[in-house]
Amino acid sequence: MVVEYYGAQVGLPVMSERLILSFSPGQLPLKQRWRNNGLSADFMGDYVTAFFPRDDGEPSTARRQAEIKGAVTYIANELLENAMKYHDESSTALIELTLEMGEDKLIFRLRHAVTIARLAVLREFIARLTASDADTLYMEQLEENAMSAQSSGLGLLTMINDYNADIAWQFESVAEMNWCVGTQVCMPI
Amino acid sequence: MNQIEGEGYKASIDEAQQILRIEGTLRLNGLGEYVPISAMLSRLLLLGATPVLDLTSLGFLNSSGIAVLSKFVIEARTLNLQTLRILGAESVPWQGKSLRNLQRLMPALTLELI
Repeated sequence: MVVEYYGAQVGLPVMSERLILSFSPGQLPLKQRWRNNGLSADFMGDYVTAFFPRDDGEPSTARRQAEIKGAVTYIANELLENAMKYHDESSTALIELTLEMGEDKLIFRLRHAVTIARLAVLREFIARLTASDADTLYMEQLEENAMSAQSSGLGLLTMINDYNADIAWQFESVAEMNWCVGTQVCMPI
Repeated sequence: MNQIEGEGYKASIDEAQQILRIEGTLRLNGLGEYVPISAMLSRLLLLGATPVLDLTSLGFLNSSGIAVLSKFVIEARTLNLQTLRILGAESVPWQGKSLRNLQRLMPALTLELI
């Protein structure tokens, strides 16, 4: 098995709180499944609020809870949208999104099967990200989007720029012509 | 059309006031599904010299929606509009983070987070 790593892989203690959503790619048309991204992302956002309780006597706790809930919902939704759009339709491997909660960070891990064509696009994106800073790339991407019918990579760039997240990838060849991509999004809290 | 409604969201134009209000949760699939919203945004820019985009009740916007908003701002910039007001809410966390980037696309844009 070949594994390629891009970016810093981060781990949390085994006992850390975690939530795992796992689902089959299935046969339903994308359009019909699309709203499930929002339902799952809302659920993840709501779920984490238990770990960041509000104290009615301390307004900053309510703000922090709302910030974290908003960030989790946004990032989870973007990752799930990417999984829906880019998973390899010929694979029956499950799509899995894990959220791990640490003292000072949240880690999202998305894993799904990808085609070799998608890997090439991702490699190019990662190379651009490495060669430039995310902020410049983000503004360039916004300008480029205005001229095209695509908005590729913008979700990942907003996570980095607007949510201070670090992103790392893991490409795994599970069999010949059969690849899985792991996307790790680490957000400080 | 002055109003469109979809699952979880609503967009409506007040022509006299030159205000477009977008409310709810927007996470449509790609720029293609955003076409009706983009069309309304483009129309707002043709209503007069002082357009206002009110997002105070827009609780959620995905990155495709952010791309649509940036296109709109670039369109306003291309039209040489002297002012463009975008209203947001301090209490909606994504707005403070992501709307500020729009200002960098068009310095004449005023972002008011209420």
